[in-house]
Amino acid sequence: MVEHGDVRVVHKGGSKINFREPALSTDSRFLLCASGESVKVFSTATEECLHALQGHTDLITGVLLRPSNHLQAYSCSLDGTVRLWDFTDGILIRTYSIGYPIYGIYASAKHEGVIFIITPMHTDTNSELFQLVAVHLPQCGEQLVEAKELSAVLSNISSNPAASAFGREGQYIVSAKPLQLEVYFFKKHKSYSFFLKKDNQKGGKNTFTCITCHPTEDCIASGHEDGKIRLWRNFNHRKEYTYSTLHWHHSAVSSLRFTPEGTNLLSGGVESVLVQWRYNQESQRDFLPRLGGAITHISVSPDGALFCTSHSDNKITIIQSCVKVSAVIQGLVKGDRIRTDLMIEPRSKALVLNGKPGHLQFYSLQRDKLLYNLDIVQQEYIHESGLEQFEVVMAAFDASGSWLATVEERKQKAPELELNLKLWAFDDQKQSFVLNTTISAPHEGRITALCFPHVSDGQTTMLVSTSRDGHFKAWQLAAPAHTEDEGPSWSCDFLGAYHSLVPECCCFSADSSLLAVGFQEVVTVWTPASWELLTTLSQPPGAVRDLCFGRLSCSKYLLGATTSRLLCCWNLLTCSLEWVTSMDVSLLLADPLSENMAAFCFEAGSTDLFVFKPGEPRPLFSHKALCSGRVTHAVFVPREVMLESCDEASQWLNCSHLYFLTQSMDLLTFITKAEEDKLTASSKQLVVSDDVAMTPFHLLLGKHRDQLENPQAESRLSVEPIRQPSSSAGINELLQMPAHVLPSASFLCSMFVQSLLISVNKPSEQNKEKEEEMESEKEEEDSDGEMESRISRPEHMPSGESGCAAPALTKEEVRELRRLKKLDHSWMKGLLD
Amino acid sequence: MASYKPTNIPVYPKLGEKVTEETLYWKNYKTPIQIKEFGAVSNIHFSPVTPYNFAVTAFTRIHLYGLLSQEPVKTFTRFKDTAYCGRFRSDGQLLVAGCEDSVVRLFDVSGKVALRMFKGHTKAVHVTDFTSDRYQILTGSDDYTCCLWDIPNSAQLNTYQEHTDYIRCGVTSQLNRDLFVTGSYDHSLKVFDARVDKSVMTINHGHPVESLLLYPSEGLLVSAGGRYVRVWDLLKGGQPLVSLKNHHKTVTCLALSSNGQRLLSGSLDRHVKVYNTTSYKVVHNFDYPAAILSLALAPEDESIVVGMTNSILSIKHRKPSEEAKETAGHQRRRPSYRVYAHRKSYVPKQDDYLVSKPVRQHLAKYDKQLKKFNVSKALDTALETWIRGRKPEITVAVIRELDRRGTLKNALAGRDEQELSRLLSFLIANLVDARFAPVLITAAEMILDIYQSIIGQSPVVDKQLLHLQSLLERELDYQKDLLEVLGMLDTMFASSLPKIELPCSGISTSNGLPQGQSTASRPQVQVN
Repeated sequence: MVEHGDVRVVHKGGSKINFREPALSTDSRFLLCASGESVKVFSTATEECLHALQGHTDLITGVLLRPSNHLQAYSCSLDGTVRLWDFTDGILIRTYSIGYPIYGIYASAKHEGVIFIITPMHTDTNSELFQLVAVHLPQCGEQLVEAKELSAVLSNISSNPAASAFGREGQYIVSAKPLQLEVYFFKKHKSYSFFLKKDNQKGGKNTFTCITCHPTEDCIASGHEDGKIRLWRNFNHRKEYTYSTLHWHHSAVSSLRFTPEGTNLLSGGVESVLVQWRYNQESQRDFLPRLGGAITHISVSPDGALFCTSHSDNKITIIQSCVKVSAVIQGLVKGDRIRTDLMIEPRSKALVLNGKPGHLQFYSLQRDKLLYNLDIVQQEYIHESGLEQFEVVMAAFDASGSWLATVEERKQKAPELELNLKLWAFDDQKQSFVLNTTISAPHEGRITALCFPHVSDGQTTMLVSTSRDGHFKAWQLAAPAHTEDEGPSWSCDFLGAYHSLVPECCCFSADSSLLAVGFQEVVTVWTPASWELLTTLSQPPGAVRDLCFGRLSCSKYLLGATTSRLLCCWNLLTCSLEWVTSMDVSLLLADPLSENMAAFCFEAGSTDLFVFKPGEPRPLFSHKALCSGRVTHAVFVPREVMLESCDEASQWLNCSHLYFLTQSMDLLTFITKAEEDKLTASSKQLVVSDDVAMTPFHLLLGKHRDQLENPQAESRLSVEPIRQPSSSAGINELLQMPAHVLPSASFLCSMFVQSLLISVNKPSEQNKEKEEEMESEKEEEDSDGEMESRISRPEHMPSGESGCAAPALTKEEVRELRRLKKLDHSWMKGLLD
Repeated sequence: MASYKPTNIPVYPKLGEKVTEETLYWKNYKTPIQIKEFGAVSNIHFSPVTPYNFAVTAFTRIHLYGLLSQEPVKTFTRFKDTAYCGRFRSDGQLLVAGCEDSVVRLFDVSGKVALRMFKGHTKAVHVTDFTSDRYQILTGSDDYTCCLWDIPNSAQLNTYQEHTDYIRCGVTSQLNRDLFVTGSYDHSLKVFDARVDKSVMTINHGHPVESLLLYPSEGLLVSAGGRYVRVWDLLKGGQPLVSLKNHHKTVTCLALSSNGQRLLSGSLDRHVKVYNTTSYKVVHNFDYPAAILSLALAPEDESIVVGMTNSILSIKHRKPSEEAKETAGHQRRRPSYRVYAHRKSYVPKQDDYLVSKPVRQHLAKYDKQLKKFNVSKALDTALETWIRGRKPEITVAVIRELDRRGTLKNALAGRDEQELSRLLSFLIANLVDARFAPVLITAAEMILDIYQSIIGQSPVVDKQLLHLQSLLERELDYQKDLLEVLGMLDTMFASSLPKIELPCSGISTSNGLPQGQSTASRPQVQVN
């Protein structure tokens, strides 16, 4: 067995950003949201992720602005710590260790130095009972502080942070249990409870789902399972409380918020409509429909200028004053299950998989950002649970990325099955896929596999689909039959069957001269040129589940995984079995750029990975117990730059990354040690100064500035400390000068670019420059940046060139040297001979 | 915030005839003018010069019609018996016609009495034509001879007695004054040269030849006889080029469209077929009420004239071209265009700040209702008479959309007698359409579920339900029959396909497939 070596499994991209309510900064410029084990800070104007606050070691369960300092924020996590951050600079200020897993955090301006957290009542982790605990944060300057002063406020509450809220000016705290509302008054140290009946007469459910309090009046708004909103008043008496009911939502209200002035109430739910109710005039409502997935959280910036809604499809929408969607921060959409395989779009190298319902998402793994969603179904999505919707169940790209085939289906029961096969052509002008052909009911049964041949040159004109109805069909791109049709479209070319067995999988060989279709136990090999059945291969018992042709030098091998826990390798030249090994392969993959193949094997509750070459008996790499559960989706992502690692264990990662999705929908990948070192080196925190706007432009400039600073910083070590590095003077000048006094941009541009380029000059060139006897005096009109760099360079030059350690030569000496060099030394050679 | 996505109306493949440029061209004729003649119309010939009058030979008369007139402008009646083959000379001044009484008559188009009478044949003359030098006449007769006559001195120049049966068609070359071709019931075509006294080429058509046609280039000869239309290459010594068998009765007449790109053939099976002369495929088909004897096309294909056995002459004129129509429409629209002219012509200046108005999405009526979740109203709008009748696919798409939203039952319920009968009549009209059946069957089931309690209360609804039932029964029988046919076809295909020996049978032991199974393995291949 090959050892793991220095290859490690890491989480890569696509973390959840809708887990907890995001926090908006006081000036509405930043958005903080909990994303896995880090807090991400987004700019609300540009949707860019500015930085991630890293430090927690478990899932973050809450982010909250510090009431007493609007530049600081608390975050709590299941690792039992609360951390205080300066989120503009991304600095961890303090860590308070609580010792229990924390499920939610609250704070109020009235309670200075106290935070309220939700923790389990018992220390065992599976406890269903939670309590609200007040924590007095000790004031001391240390980094790591242990908070010991805990006092329980409310017990037996819900773990959902939306089910508890602070009342007016922090005077009371409200918490909702399934059918009970509990209000705790801090002044009186007394709590009142109000109960609702389990069901009202119309069969609605009265269960509380969320709660919020009016900022200036004694009013509590509660959302319920049946879509009602109740406004509770007069609740400081046990008996005389009143409530009024608002009803618009047809299913559970998932989030409620008052605006900071208390003039409006915002509510959202599964319908994906943000409803704005006027406080005290509840009949007037404003709607913002079709925001995306179901609304899970609503938050409002302290100045009331921005709202933001989190959606179930891993998205945060930023809304300007309930009218306009100003920005959308979209994470990788991970539904309950991925129906399509993971794919790589050959053009943009984006990861493609199911996204929003009825869409395919294109996700850039390099930038960890959603590029765009492609609407496949093209139907209005009805937000209603229990409705059978069209789902994209299959998709395939051809080798050049000019065609995309998708299959969508509704109602999986056989007689009512609705199937559509759609073929999309890449439009160079729109830079997107455009629907070319829709084939409704391409097969009578569900489609089990879809594949394009790997034609590297020219156009793909064939697609093969296999179906439960016992047939496989070849679809052909055909020229229009009549002149009035716009362009070529796809039509059925061949229909094949084998002994009325059900085909489960199909695969084209690397040169597309062979098509292998697995009909249960039998693998049939066809030639697409004439649609002749060439041979059949089989290894009973057990149906063939996965088929894969070898690549490059191994293209004579055909690999198949069967349900009887066998991995077979057939040699197509001899039509015989080459080798068989017993493993329960759940997924078989071929690297498109090398001979390597990856097999994910399910063994004793967890998945093992083997990377091997079909022609070699020894696996290149194996990793036991990769993750629990089966891995059914994985993909080889070609690298942009080939690695040149010679290490045997990590050699298979030279051409491609391997990404895979676990059963719990985590996107994982493998990383080599060398890569990891490179990453940590480059991920130095960027300190964003407060006076420059947080735009991508700024980040770009900032990076350049860093690069300019760094070489000087290194050189400074050897020589005496010099003055402030001012190579960025040109940039500063550019940014700080008022726009109306600057010359035209085209003039500035060349200067600016030169100022960036000049620092890469080789020292030898500078020597020459010096020899040219200050001719450069004429070039004084050059930018400041260049001047600065020229002055600073001689200082570190001596340290760079060890040969001429002597002080700078005078002009005469230089001439002397040059004359010496020109002298003819051939006579010396003659003497030696 | 995404905008509302309108209901997707699927585009179904059009059933029946495909619309091509050809069909558009040939369909662009007005409804035919029908004129009753005195007997079967045996020949129609267009004058080569303006105003393109045409001579119609029917029974004992020859009528001259103007291109757009419906009354004959001139009539030649001096025939003692049935006249045949009235033809114009290339200058349009003279007309020649044969007759059952074996006399060939030559008329001045402006006169009434025959200028010349050529006597010499012993039997009916069915073929007459002018040679290209205009001074000679070719005749072919039932006495198996064909003759050349001199017009000025009405003398018989040449007689050819080579055919062994009636000569019923002939054509003279337009490029050479000495060449002509005759076709006879003895199945042969003969090419004659007046300078030699024997035929120079004999071609066997295989059937009694009814009609002949020379291409304008005169390299190709088309002959019609029996059910066949055959094309011969004269320059290659009468080599057969193509044989067309598209009629199911004798082909009687041939014509060439004005640009020579299309060939038309008329037959006793009452069809006129249009062929593409490069691919020789039928590109269009005209139906006529009776067996066709004669056919002619006006210059520029302005009209198609067909004569039939029931003595009816049918004239189809081309519709005025699209350009003329467009200009007319343009004039009508002009006033409204003027109103908006200055606004359209306004070009924003460089410093202008453009306030762009969000484009308002235009939604169809049913989509507006669907957007508001008014399911019943959406179905009502989709069931409007116009949509229901003309575009059933829209109604079906709305029903499918309602079904997808899970609200179809709500939309169908709560309807009164009139609305219900409207729904049922839509179902009756479209239920058996294979394109709509899956959706409409669900809807029909729901309707029966909802309204089963009121059956028997309204005679209208009951009648429609019974109709629906009988329709379904008929459809079931039909489907059963189709399945039987399919089974029969499968057996035939299976027995006709060659057995493919698979290489796997030899090595079946090595890959583990049992021997018996693999020898029996034969692919069931069906090519769509």
